[in-house]
Amino acid sequence: MEKFTTFTSRLAPLPIDNIDTDQIIPARFLKTISKEGLGDQLFFDWRYDATGKPKPDFLLNKPEGRQAEILLAGDNFGCGSSREHAPWALTQYGFRAVISTSFADIFRGNSLKNSLLPIAIPAEDHKKLLAAVAANPTATVTVDLAQQKLTLPDGTSVAFPVDAFAKECMLEGVDELGYILKQDAAISAFESKRSLTIDTLAY
Amino acid sequence: MAKTIIQKVWDRHVVAENPGAPALLYIDLHLVHEVTSPQAFSGLRERGLKVRRADLTFGTTDHSIPTHDRSLPIIDKIAETQITQFEKNCHDFGIPYYGPHSANQGIVHIIGPEQGLTQPGMTVVCGDSHTATHGAFGALAFGIGTSQVEHVLASQCLLQSRSQSYEVRVDGKLKNGVGAKDIILNLISRIGIGGGTGCVFEYTGSAIRALSMEERMTVCNMSIEGGARAGMIAPDDTTYQYLAGRQYAPKGADWDRAVGEWRNLPSDEGAKYDKRIDIDASTLEPMITFGTNPGMGIPITASVPDPASMKDPVERETLGKALRYMDLPSGKPLLGHPIDVVFIGSCTNSRISDLRAAAGILKGRHVSPKVRVMVVPGSQQIKQQAQAEGLDRIFKEAGADWREAGCSMCIAMNGDQLQPGEYSVSTSNRNFEGRQGKGGRTFLASPLTAAASAITGVVTDVRTLLG
Repeated sequence: MEKFTTFTSRLAPLPIDNIDTDQIIPARFLKTISKEGLGDQLFFDWRYDATGKPKPDFLLNKPEGRQAEILLAGDNFGCGSSREHAPWALTQYGFRAVISTSFADIFRGNSLKNSLLPIAIPAEDHKKLLAAVAANPTATVTVDLAQQKLTLPDGTSVAFPVDAFAKECMLEGVDELGYILKQDAAISAFESKRSLTIDTLAY
Repeated sequence: MAKTIIQKVWDRHVVAENPGAPALLYIDLHLVHEVTSPQAFSGLRERGLKVRRADLTFGTTDHSIPTHDRSLPIIDKIAETQITQFEKNCHDFGIPYYGPHSANQGIVHIIGPEQGLTQPGMTVVCGDSHTATHGAFGALAFGIGTSQVEHVLASQCLLQSRSQSYEVRVDGKLKNGVGAKDIILNLISRIGIGGGTGCVFEYTGSAIRALSMEERMTVCNMSIEGGARAGMIAPDDTTYQYLAGRQYAPKGADWDRAVGEWRNLPSDEGAKYDKRIDIDASTLEPMITFGTNPGMGIPITASVPDPASMKDPVERETLGKALRYMDLPSGKPLLGHPIDVVFIGSCTNSRISDLRAAAGILKGRHVSPKVRVMVVPGSQQIKQQAQAEGLDRIFKEAGADWREAGCSMCIAMNGDQLQPGEYSVSTSNRNFEGRQGKGGRTFLASPLTAAASAITGVVTDVRTLLG
């Protein structure tokens, strides 16, 4: 994974609440056994018509959508299925962050493991940001993960929460598994005193 | 200090709590399936890692597998590749699994409990958000992404932060025609699909105690639709009676010892929850959804809400978009709305008691000639049981299609799907846009409501067909 650095970008607004992972990437694309090629399938059923042609009026098909590295979505983004294909598709399209007022738990966790930053900001700031982008589609914001700070188009900034450990992993460009594997001794010690257990290999 | 069952199970599984990192949580049971695991196995191969505890891991094929005759080839070559790769992964890493031709194959959340793999006090994970189902046994069970599937395969552990606790107290007696599905759809309609974000639900109260294990699984299954990763019900004699004698359940002295430990799991008197909601079961009606998320539900006699009544512009647009997609007017009930398909199945409602309930309505009747009705048992064992009871004949004589086990039209990635514009009454768990097929429109409801609507060809209040 690459280190997550501070960046400034335009926003792609999709101001709809409860955008679920079936919209982000429909289930029929989950038959793949790799992570590749998912960017073209992002928001497939919103983005393409019945014949598979891109809908010209859908934001992600427009040049200004393509120039945005941040998706600005409504409340409770990423609800529904646990598919990690959702952050894979978002990052492959080119997004590095999603701004909302809240995120579904599993999606948030999956995103942090894929260098996609979920930025939850208060509803007032979210409204302000939507208005700013509506007034000026080329308006930009700056995302500073180290400082956990989002700088809005008017120069004011908003703090956002992020799990401290996930933040360190993103800033360093390392994944969690390396850390977990280093806990081998503690895991073995725990296993030796576990009582109840099953054995799936028993039959 | 008084503890909830959520805290008790959590505390018993903390391997390490290092400064600056989430807790390292031990996982007792890891269920894997073909869709969310291939990239995790690839990750293991790239890093040269083994599966740490194959003996705590179990696999089955359910999501992309066709539900037609299993002796026929799989037409979708991409799905076939995925299933073949899954079998290879299980074989290479020594993981036991039930493949397409196993007499025990089924939906992962059906077979865990059915085989006795899911037990009280366990931590259970699977790369699937409906892992919440297993919480019905007093297990802490939640869905994970593919990265975490790899973490658990490699280490049997996960990095997890503690969730908040949310008591969902359901007291009172359910009325005739109202069941577990209506309880959970009612809860979600009240708190919204983000209402439980950051929380684990614990379902308590006399109405929950009165539910069978299968009904409890229906309730816990849809915890995720209320935003909670997990939902738990403390184990009791109903739980132990269900588990006793199942394949992987403890036997003899081990069983007695296990039950002794499980009896300590229920939340202590006076344990504190971060949030709480009360539901009076006696006031509930059969529920049905009208929109494009499971929180958009109403009692079956109520009217579809009007976007113009919403103050918040984003909320108004969200509801308006949903009604445009569903092509439904606001201000009217759904009763009498024509439907094209009825789907009885999924990890929410495909157990034997669900099939019995549906068969009870369909017996001696015929489905509407305008409606295609699919009944998809949750596992091959359920299928065998249903056939032994003659339920398959009732379904077939009523004009319904009796299928092989799998997720089927709940997620519509195996060829079982709605056509654009079609309406279904479905016993599954999600009514998102396109969930049951691109352009398809889903009304979520109970097996009773689904069966009643299958007969009339329109959205129907099952109570009009009950004696």
